[in-house]
Amino acid sequence: MTATAPRRTGSPIYEGSRIPHPIPTVLKTSPELEATGDILTINFGPNHPSTHGVLRLVVDLYGEDVTGLAAVIGYLHTGFEKNMEAKTWWKAIPYSPRIDYVSFQNNEYVFVGAVEKLLDIEIPPKAVWMRTALLELNRIHSHLVWLGTSALELGAISMFWYAFREREQILDLFELVTGYRMHTRYFQVGGLAEDIPRGFYPEARKFCEWMPKAVDDYETLLTRNKIWLERTEGLGLLSREDAIALGQSGPVLRASGVDWDIRRQEPYLAYHQVDFRVPVFQTGDVYARYLVHMAEMRESVRIVEQCLDRLERMEGEPWIADDRKVVLPPREELHTSMESLIHHFKIVTEGFRVPEGEVYFPIESPRGELGCYLCSDGGPRPWRVKFRAPSFVALQATATAMTDALIADMIAIVGSLDTVMGEVDR
Amino acid sequence: MKTVEAHGETTYVVEPAELIETATRLRDEEGFDFLSDITAVDYLGWGDLGVSGYIGTSQGRDINSPMTQGFQVLPEPKPKRFAVNYHLLSISANPRRVRLQTWVDEGEPVPSVIYIWPTADWHEREQFDMVGIRFDGHPNLQRILLDDDWEGHPLRKDYPIGGEPVRFSGEE
Repeated sequence: MTATAPRRTGSPIYEGSRIPHPIPTVLKTSPELEATGDILTINFGPNHPSTHGVLRLVVDLYGEDVTGLAAVIGYLHTGFEKNMEAKTWWKAIPYSPRIDYVSFQNNEYVFVGAVEKLLDIEIPPKAVWMRTALLELNRIHSHLVWLGTSALELGAISMFWYAFREREQILDLFELVTGYRMHTRYFQVGGLAEDIPRGFYPEARKFCEWMPKAVDDYETLLTRNKIWLERTEGLGLLSREDAIALGQSGPVLRASGVDWDIRRQEPYLAYHQVDFRVPVFQTGDVYARYLVHMAEMRESVRIVEQCLDRLERMEGEPWIADDRKVVLPPREELHTSMESLIHHFKIVTEGFRVPEGEVYFPIESPRGELGCYLCSDGGPRPWRVKFRAPSFVALQATATAMTDALIADMIAIVGSLDTVMGEVDR
Repeated sequence: MKTVEAHGETTYVVEPAELIETATRLRDEEGFDFLSDITAVDYLGWGDLGVSGYIGTSQGRDINSPMTQGFQVLPEPKPKRFAVNYHLLSISANPRRVRLQTWVDEGEPVPSVIYIWPTADWHEREQFDMVGIRFDGHPNLQRILLDDDWEGHPLRKDYPIGGEPVRFSGEE
């Protein structure tokens, strides 16, 4: 039971670039190997339980060695972006969380945040802090699902039950606040859809107290586990330069030694007012990605606690902006005010208008840079919606990370890129 | 090259012919080593009445201006049908983002930036698949999300929702 010493900072993970040429995402079997006639080409997926959804990998095998690889995607394409063009801004919100069904609130926020950027609308502090708290809870949720399933794939079955035990607690918190466990649609353009229920704070506190102990437990199970180390260390290497060239972001980038987190570098919501560390590891392998995820869960708990400190002092403050052209009027006004009734009717039937223009709004989702490009013609519907999905980009690194890998390591490597196929195919 | 500032974002508008040169300069001299995203937008029908309108009025625009029924505000005209946007980021202590934008008409190709930023591979394939932009010099420009024999490009404005070519097995 020895944890290996971390590599010295600054030394390269490997020399030169391993990105295949000419197609950066396709690993080609060398002609010499091809000539031996011993190459076996197999289809891995699209319906294999450890492909994290419907991912198909066309793999060339020479014995146990993977000599060629190409990822084939699109099996889960559902046309989110096209559908959203046909809805009003208001009605398009529920589509966005369903794109990445594991970090749903981050996806919901990126769309709402992009609309708010176009509208240039001010959000009340209570909504800002609550959004930050929920995004971080959602980050823990996403990391737990990643941890549970990835460990399960490598044979650590018990890990899955522990991770899903805590995930359940987070979903209960979401249910308490929003009424839904997933795809909550709690973020409204201008703030939150409803006030925060009073019972949320003590429950969230309980969770924040419990969660670091749970992470300790996970680490006891895995971090120095000999089997886990052998299955993860030194595998799926991505150098700093290759990771940037391949557009990797989030935990994958930070595991390759790049100190980059949008929450700190380009803060949104309340991230410039909370104290948190950005974990960076230097080895660029599956194990480093695992360590980043673990450290991030601890940091997220700290952020949630700081948000709760603020939120508890905001009792009675507004949770949504008072902009009658965008935000639904309070329900009770509909019975007494003609104006409110008209506004309500207009927003629900026709939607609100968003000024002409285009924006790109990036946030740090649990998987990395999640961006939303919006184009408006000044009407009540988006002209174009585009999501920069971190999973889509992460999968592009498969060929590079699989250089010289064995077929048995493929699961660990593809899993460590933390992709959600709903987001890849959109 | 034209520079546009809007909504706190900087956009460089270039001709397709200057794209590679500008992109290389942005990467090597200005430090934009990270390509976040490529988005192509179809502006067919931009500003025409009814395209982005709402049900109930024939000319739905500016619905919140009282008594106008949306008659007076039309969006700025666009130079060509398609815009291709490259969202660039400089990963450094002083992060910056810019949008590189180029305009093409139907059938005109855009040079591929795959050898400048390898991550452009799938982004360009997706925009080819969805909007039908041709990227010259891409070594593997195939459909990525849809079937290889799919007809049309769904994110174009002349492609209706529900407009998929329905096929039945055994029928040719």
